[in-house]
Amino acid sequence: MSGARPRLAVWKFASCDGCQLSLLDCEDELLAVAGKLDIANFPEASSAVSEGPYDLSLVEGSITTPHDAERIQAVRRQSRVLVTIGACATAGGIQALRNFADVDDFLRAVYATPAYISTLATSTAIGDHVAVDYELRGCPINKAQLLDVIGAFLAGRRPRVSSASVCTECKRRGTVCVMVAHGAACLGPVTHAGCGALCPAYDRPCYGCFGPKELANAAALAAHAEGALGADRATMTRAFHTFNAWAEPFRSLSRHGEPPPEPGHD
Amino acid sequence: MLDPSAYELGVTDLDRLLALLADDGYNCLGPTVRDGAIVYAAIASTADLPRGWTDEQAPGHYRLRRRGDDALFGYNVGPQAWKQFLFPPRERVWQMSIDGQAFVPAPDVDAATRHAFIGVRACELAAIGVQDRVFGGRPFHDDAYLARRAGAFVVAVNCVEAGGTCFCADMGTGPAVEAGHDIALTEVLGGDAHRFLALAGSERGAALLERLGCGPAAADLASRAAAGIEHARTSMGRRLDTAGLPALLARSLDSPHWETVAERCLACANCTAVCPTCFCSSVEDTADLDGGLATRWRQWDSCFNPGFSYLHGGEVRRSTAARYRQWLTHKLGTWHDQFGSSGCVGCGRCISWCPVGIDITAEATGLRERDAHKAERPAAAART
Repeated sequence: MSGARPRLAVWKFASCDGCQLSLLDCEDELLAVAGKLDIANFPEASSAVSEGPYDLSLVEGSITTPHDAERIQAVRRQSRVLVTIGACATAGGIQALRNFADVDDFLRAVYATPAYISTLATSTAIGDHVAVDYELRGCPINKAQLLDVIGAFLAGRRPRVSSASVCTECKRRGTVCVMVAHGAACLGPVTHAGCGALCPAYDRPCYGCFGPKELANAAALAAHAEGALGADRATMTRAFHTFNAWAEPFRSLSRHGEPPPEPGHD
Repeated sequence: MLDPSAYELGVTDLDRLLALLADDGYNCLGPTVRDGAIVYAAIASTADLPRGWTDEQAPGHYRLRRRGDDALFGYNVGPQAWKQFLFPPRERVWQMSIDGQAFVPAPDVDAATRHAFIGVRACELAAIGVQDRVFGGRPFHDDAYLARRAGAFVVAVNCVEAGGTCFCADMGTGPAVEAGHDIALTEVLGGDAHRFLALAGSERGAALLERLGCGPAAADLASRAAAGIEHARTSMGRRLDTAGLPALLARSLDSPHWETVAERCLACANCTAVCPTCFCSSVEDTADLDGGLATRWRQWDSCFNPGFSYLHGGEVRRSTAARYRQWLTHKLGTWHDQFGSSGCVGCGRCISWCPVGIDITAEATGLRERDAHKAERPAAAART
């Protein structure tokens, strides 16, 4: 790249801000990032916002309103490369639990004047609305992965992000399997790596923050947990009914009151 | 000629043995209890060993249990293998920095640590032998592996009990330690006595035992040790019929059995991570944001991982059935063609540590049954 630094924009949709804050959490590397990229539009970091187009857009959050459904189109038009960051942007997030229920019921229960609220019936991933160049998983994302994606963008190389299971990270760091040795119903075997297998290292089963991995046989995991491990159906339903509930096959497994499908490929 | 003397050691002698190894500059690694399992880590004395513990193993199941005695080696293999020290999960291959216009390679600063492995079982010795052939037995050597391997001192332990997922007897790899060790111990408890029969397996092992200066083994010790090993041999938790297995697998590539495994398999790669012979790795480069410093890493990978079989145009093995078939047919079949032995040593780790308890011996049996069924009814089995 010659001359001007590539221009970075960070966008927020329905989300908690945690993922974009991961960029600010890159304390040691933040100056290097700022040296390599022109941070042109990042309201969380600076009130100085300059107009597009942008070379790299990091998009956080899901689409939950008619306004945002239009705004993401504008973001895409101004962005050469668009990377979604986090479970909301890649899978709809925890707010996609609304997809399993009636949003009007929520509106009536929560708001004194529901008529003031303009919202969609669903929370959906950015990829359901526009073309996405790369997706970073996690609730929140791993800042090392974020830096790697930025570095990959700058160098024109492929990001170094594993799409294997969380188990591969447990085994590399020598963590004893909480499922086999402790009987915990752990989502690690069907969950995308990236967190460094954080929870099992603290003797907690994986919560599936990074969403389903490739070939995630979640039904077989649930069947084993409900059989050999003695977990009840409600526990397993709830386990899949979190930050990535709208991503298949977690979606099928997290439907309330419905039995999981037969084990097999999802 | 190797000293054939059989020595008799007590627990305090074993402590002295560990102290001598430490004095000689070895980093002693051995079994110890952590997080509800027996893992391999640095040990300073026999106090760090899992005294009085045993393990209960079944498909997808592992629990520590109290024994009624003070045995130091009264359990079978845990989730980890010695490969973690010889073939580390993640290793720097090289590093380069831009110095002016030239790339300057930065050698790995890791000093060549010499490890002493304490409590290596027969199946694990066999597995180390398999990896020796993988990393050192062909034209391209892995020098880092071979350096670590050459530095390692091996104190092996004969199994006198077999675990619920053990089948070394059928793989011809155990339970008796036969080769590849420096010292072989057999633990014998009885009455008030807590004794170890010690035999040298190498010149340096013989020299160390001589320095230890223990007396010759009492007459009953060798016979009781042999009886213990025989007990292990006859109480294997699993069986695997290896007769004609490579040929059987070669003609089972289209067996419907692979799909029945795939219904249960999570393709999580645990079996390959815990396998003491699985050696697949991938290489990746990291660079700082300036692009001035680049590092190449090698880390454990698996034939179950996405992208592992990626070639130009896509992945060769996209389904779980294809990946499981690759793993099993390589492990039990084509490994013979490639490396001259089975890739399986019968340690049972892949059975115990599969989160959903898929059993390699049961799947091999299932394939054999389908094969026999097909042979009986060739017309019905003819594929369309």
